[in-house]
Amino acid sequence: MAKKPLQKKKNPIPCQEAGSRSANFLEVALGYSPEIAVSEADRCIQCKDQPCVAGCPVEIDIPAFIRLMRDGDFAGAARKIKEKNALPAVCGRVCPQEEQCEAVCTLAKKFEPVGIGRLERFAADFEAAMAHGADGAPLPKKAPPTGRRIACVGSGPASLTVAGDLVLQGHEVTVFEALHKAGGVLVYGIPEFRLPKAIVQREVDYLARLGVEFQTSVVIGKSFTIDELLGELGYDAVFIATGAGLPHFMKIPGINLAGVYSANEYLTRSNLMKAYTFPEHATPIVRGKRVAVIGGGNTAMDSVRTARRLGAEEARLVYRRSREEMPARKEEVEHAHEEGIIFMMLHNPTKILGDEKGRVKAIELIKQQLGEPDASGRRSPVAIPGSEFTVPVDLVVMAVGQGANPLIRATTPDLKCNKWGNIEADPETGATSKKGVFAGGDIVSGGATVILAMGAGRKSARAIHKYVCELPVRVG
Amino acid sequence: MDTRIRPPSNAVVGRTVLGPDVVRIDIESPFIASRRRAGQFVIVRVDERGERIPLTIADSDARRGTVSLIVQGVGKSTRQLNSLPVGSRLLDLVGPLGRPTHVIERGRVACVGGGIGTAVIFPIVKALHAAETHVIAIVGARNKGLLILEDDIRPLADEFFITTDDGSRGRKGFVSDQLLDCIKSAQAAGTPLDEVIAIGPVPMMRAVCNATRPFGIKTVVSLNSIMVDGTGMCGGCRASVGGEMKFVCVDGPEFDGHAVDFDELTLRLQTYREDEQRALKEYMESHPPDPHSH
Repeated sequence: MAKKPLQKKKNPIPCQEAGSRSANFLEVALGYSPEIAVSEADRCIQCKDQPCVAGCPVEIDIPAFIRLMRDGDFAGAARKIKEKNALPAVCGRVCPQEEQCEAVCTLAKKFEPVGIGRLERFAADFEAAMAHGADGAPLPKKAPPTGRRIACVGSGPASLTVAGDLVLQGHEVTVFEALHKAGGVLVYGIPEFRLPKAIVQREVDYLARLGVEFQTSVVIGKSFTIDELLGELGYDAVFIATGAGLPHFMKIPGINLAGVYSANEYLTRSNLMKAYTFPEHATPIVRGKRVAVIGGGNTAMDSVRTARRLGAEEARLVYRRSREEMPARKEEVEHAHEEGIIFMMLHNPTKILGDEKGRVKAIELIKQQLGEPDASGRRSPVAIPGSEFTVPVDLVVMAVGQGANPLIRATTPDLKCNKWGNIEADPETGATSKKGVFAGGDIVSGGATVILAMGAGRKSARAIHKYVCELPVRVG
Repeated sequence: MDTRIRPPSNAVVGRTVLGPDVVRIDIESPFIASRRRAGQFVIVRVDERGERIPLTIADSDARRGTVSLIVQGVGKSTRQLNSLPVGSRLLDLVGPLGRPTHVIERGRVACVGGGIGTAVIFPIVKALHAAETHVIAIVGARNKGLLILEDDIRPLADEFFITTDDGSRGRKGFVSDQLLDCIKSAQAAGTPLDEVIAIGPVPMMRAVCNATRPFGIKTVVSLNSIMVDGTGMCGGCRASVGGEMKFVCVDGPEFDGHAVDFDELTLRLQTYREDEQRALKEYMESHPPDPHSH
């Protein structure tokens, strides 16, 4: 059989049409059909070097799962991914593939890389659909009970990974979540239109069926301390993955006006509390007609696209650097463009102006230009003196990064943290300064990605397993 | 020994009407009951569509494993909460949150409660009394029908005063008027106050702070900011204190009243005024007031 000429471009992923989707919260990308999936899988040349595997933070055997997809064995492909990644339906949607596996794809040297993320997503969704809901999915075999108990603090991607790994090894695992719903940033942070909450719930339900215990509405550091978990509550080890949970606000006049939100608050009101249905759900949200979101990351992108869906006629993204430096995922930037988001690159807020009722009425911006590279290697923005101007807005969302939440640090004095309050943990094991306590995800690294948090969780799970197996047998 | 944490039932096991639209509910939550301290709060959610409502814990009974909340029905969510019958359950109850009150031992403290703020002052009076501090309690309301917890606070206070705006009970006037008299007589007697703790509506806390400022008496207030998560994650509850941004949920809820920007707090509390009125109107139309509820 003659070899087909190689298709140079990725198969595009079918999406909701931009005009209609910017008025609803349904998922934007609809996913590949089986035919497109096979055609995309067929683009992979199965090169010997497999750079994609090294490009993946959890080292999924990408060529192998793509081979299975090419042959139409979608369920087999899903199982292959799940050997390394417990949350493929999530990662296929939210991973920055263009910086990871797809960035190093051999095809990418000449053409567009293989759509690895889109294939991962298809395989995971296919498997879930075949499983006919949560009850049908076959459960992997668990190791015999070890009698060891592990507490995971927080229920985001790092903890879910640790819980999934350790429960299969026969340990008893409890996941504590401060909010009323498990999933962490996947639930409160990432909007429905990018990651449907039913998918997160499916993963949580799957872990619960494996035997993981979820305790929501429990705030470790307040309801119970780390020392109590390890002491009277009888846990052998604790994994802390509480995320980057303390929003930063710019130190500019007007930051406390009504109508200035942190992205965390704005997104939590919309995603977790379903404020977009108010008054059906009781939590209100400021519905701006003219909105400015400050920042250039995924959180900023999620916020500005949420504002559009909540009825903003002008939804602006204000970023102090240029488009090239934006850390947001490429596909989200493209989607935002299609949805009519106004991009104001190289601008920075200098003050927020309020009306007599203390509500936002305008924002003053100053133009920026790029100077020398800074510590992050990106060219640092410098304000152009005298270039200030004001833009009328009625809602401002700050998506300028987050610090470490202080609750656990404050009640665990022997847990060593760095000067920003992030927990110091061994990058290979997640071990902290405190015996039996491991940590991973954004509380260690500062704001990063879902997949990096999962990678840290995978390493910690291995180390925790080793640690509890080597503990002396308990007496009594 | 079984060391597992049993999820609390969050069952409503007691309900007492204290005044018009003011209800005390006792909720089963053993771990919160046993570890909460004066000044701390919980976040409550009534049902799947409910808001997360922050409420200061008014009292607890560690033996029965219950916490008590005193709820004034002002909006839809608080009305829903205070109409819950005994035997029903809260969907979520999180806590104890916030920093506990700094309780002065064997000192002299004036505790001032205005309106529903009296419910927040009560556990502090109780803690100070247990710490053998001389407590001057001043409780105020618009009229005598709105006074709450008089019989609970009176036996714990070494001196006890009531004020009403209309003079229908106790002294006619504001709590701050009574406080000024108490400060002056304490100074005249050579037993000055170590601290004033004032909790109530923003204008009342501001008035108390203005009254104590010339005397240089440390004055603690408890802020009732709008919150979502209650763990420092959203910053919705932020307030300016001494020119610094503070998160009420994790840095507070109690702060030095002389440093709080009350103007800003007042404006921020009104962020959702129209939304709240709309939600309440729709709720009242579908839930006409029950004439037998009091």
